[in-house]
Amino acid sequence: MPSEAKDAENFVEKPRTFAELRDAIQAGGTRATDLAAAYYERIEKKNPRLNVYLSLTKERALAQAAQVDALAAKGDPLPALAGIPVGVKDVLVMRGAPATAGSKILEGYRPPYDATAVARLEAAGAVLLGKINCDEFAMGSSNENSAYGPVRNPVDTERVPGGSSGGSAAAVAANMAVATLGTDTGGSIRQPASFCGVVGVLPTYGRVSRYGLIAFASSLDRVGPFAANVRDAATLLGVIAGHDPQDATTSPAPVEDYAAESDKPVEGLRIGVPTEYFGEGLDPEVRSAIESGVAALKAAGCSVKPVSLPHTNYAIPTYYLVATAEASANLARFDGVRYGYRSPASASLSDMYRHSRDEGFGAEVKRRILLGTYALSAGYYDAYYLKAQQVRRLLAEEFLRAFAEVDAIVTPTSPVPAFKLGEKTGDPLAMYLADIYTVTASLAGICGVTVPCGATKAGLPVGMQVLAAHLCEGTAFRVARAVEAAQI
Amino acid sequence: MGKIREMTAKVTVEDVVRVAELANLELTPDETGRMLHDLNAILDYVAELNQLDTAGVAPLAQVSELQSAAGVSTLRGDVALASLDRADIMRQAPETDQAFFKVPKVIER
Repeated sequence: MPSEAKDAENFVEKPRTFAELRDAIQAGGTRATDLAAAYYERIEKKNPRLNVYLSLTKERALAQAAQVDALAAKGDPLPALAGIPVGVKDVLVMRGAPATAGSKILEGYRPPYDATAVARLEAAGAVLLGKINCDEFAMGSSNENSAYGPVRNPVDTERVPGGSSGGSAAAVAANMAVATLGTDTGGSIRQPASFCGVVGVLPTYGRVSRYGLIAFASSLDRVGPFAANVRDAATLLGVIAGHDPQDATTSPAPVEDYAAESDKPVEGLRIGVPTEYFGEGLDPEVRSAIESGVAALKAAGCSVKPVSLPHTNYAIPTYYLVATAEASANLARFDGVRYGYRSPASASLSDMYRHSRDEGFGAEVKRRILLGTYALSAGYYDAYYLKAQQVRRLLAEEFLRAFAEVDAIVTPTSPVPAFKLGEKTGDPLAMYLADIYTVTASLAGICGVTVPCGATKAGLPVGMQVLAAHLCEGTAFRVARAVEAAQI
Repeated sequence: MGKIREMTAKVTVEDVVRVAELANLELTPDETGRMLHDLNAILDYVAELNQLDTAGVAPLAQVSELQSAAGVSTLRGDVALASLDRADIMRQAPETDQAFFKVPKVIER
């Protein structure tokens, strides 16, 4: 075995930072192609148990890695993500690769284009390994709603990795990718990052293009990164963020150098701790880990004060009305006509629609479509959807008021650590409540970073959620870096 | 238009069947029973929103409306641009004649 290939194998055994990998490739000690091959070998070993990848894009990955190697051989400077192996949640499309959204209804679909986030990663040199398992249409908090079977948490394989981007979090935790893309509608990046002990980022609404994202709830959906450390997550966000003519909801605001922002000290920053996030239902071990995190921020020179977000308890009902209403409209497009699954042998068009959707969608997706359709139906619209939108404004405004007084707000990401497979599948409402600390930021459109913040006695990771105002990702990364550095 | 209802309505089997029809879903009797139970449980829970007085609060459909938020809508100019290739799109459909999507008969004649 050539020495470069051995180096690549070592890199896979012990995760490295983007900078370490890029420098090794630039210096010629490691080849991007060997690194990709070593990751594929590791995926082959680990995937049967963890069920992280749904499909691999080897040909494309190896061609990209070869290009990176050619650049390095010439001595040209390498782009930010050169040779970095990245996995993509299977709700984002890659040209010619299967795109299932975790659903049977998209079986066989191979989209003819790339999502903007995917194209930007590749333009920055990333090597895209494949498509990653998730809850069907990103609807779920445990990854148990995937039509292709649940992902298992690498920390404890009897437990869920969280959801809906559970596969993206597990991939980083098990080093089956150096970084991944996920999506977050009500907590789908932050909660799994917390359950698997990795860093996850919720960018501000409009910060990252959704072109090529299979839509769930369009006023809430966001694309964001997972990585093993805060600085790499910041670097990756910098690559995918920014205005996109293909997505009219993207912001024209300039993109900060998030990695450089994350390097800045936190001394003098004002941190808010909302009392409402530390009430009934919070696991005592999670509480104590988060309190250690807050103490570390104080020790690093932050001022810490309580803040009040009194409508917090209304966030889950608001979220499940808004998200399901939008989902019922977005998922109307899956009708067996233009792509994916069509039920065979239907005599009429309306039979074909109904049979295709009935056979193609899983139970949770049907439940949410029904709830959303009900909330939007004649006579109920004002009582449910409009009421939820009014409460949404109250929730957003109270965050804006809080951010007039503090630079960042810190909370537990989830009230409990990773739960057992099957523990909540019988009770949809109990599953919805798993998102209690994450849906608020989703509704308000603000940004946040989840960073590992200690563990329970049983060794289950705890995540701290660092929230910042619209477009203040740099501040969230700075605070998250300080928590990471404290090694709680 | 029916009259505006309160958020306290109990969903009935007929409601589930009606909503499923609106959503183009066909439920088995088993599924209908399960959905009836789940929808009532969820709607009971969301009725907590009734505790809040929202008179005079403008609905927030999406956060781009907030001044501080990112999403100042940026519509592109009304200029025709190249789109995806028709043949590539058609290849993904269950049934086409290359120019159009084919579906089962819509109108009996």
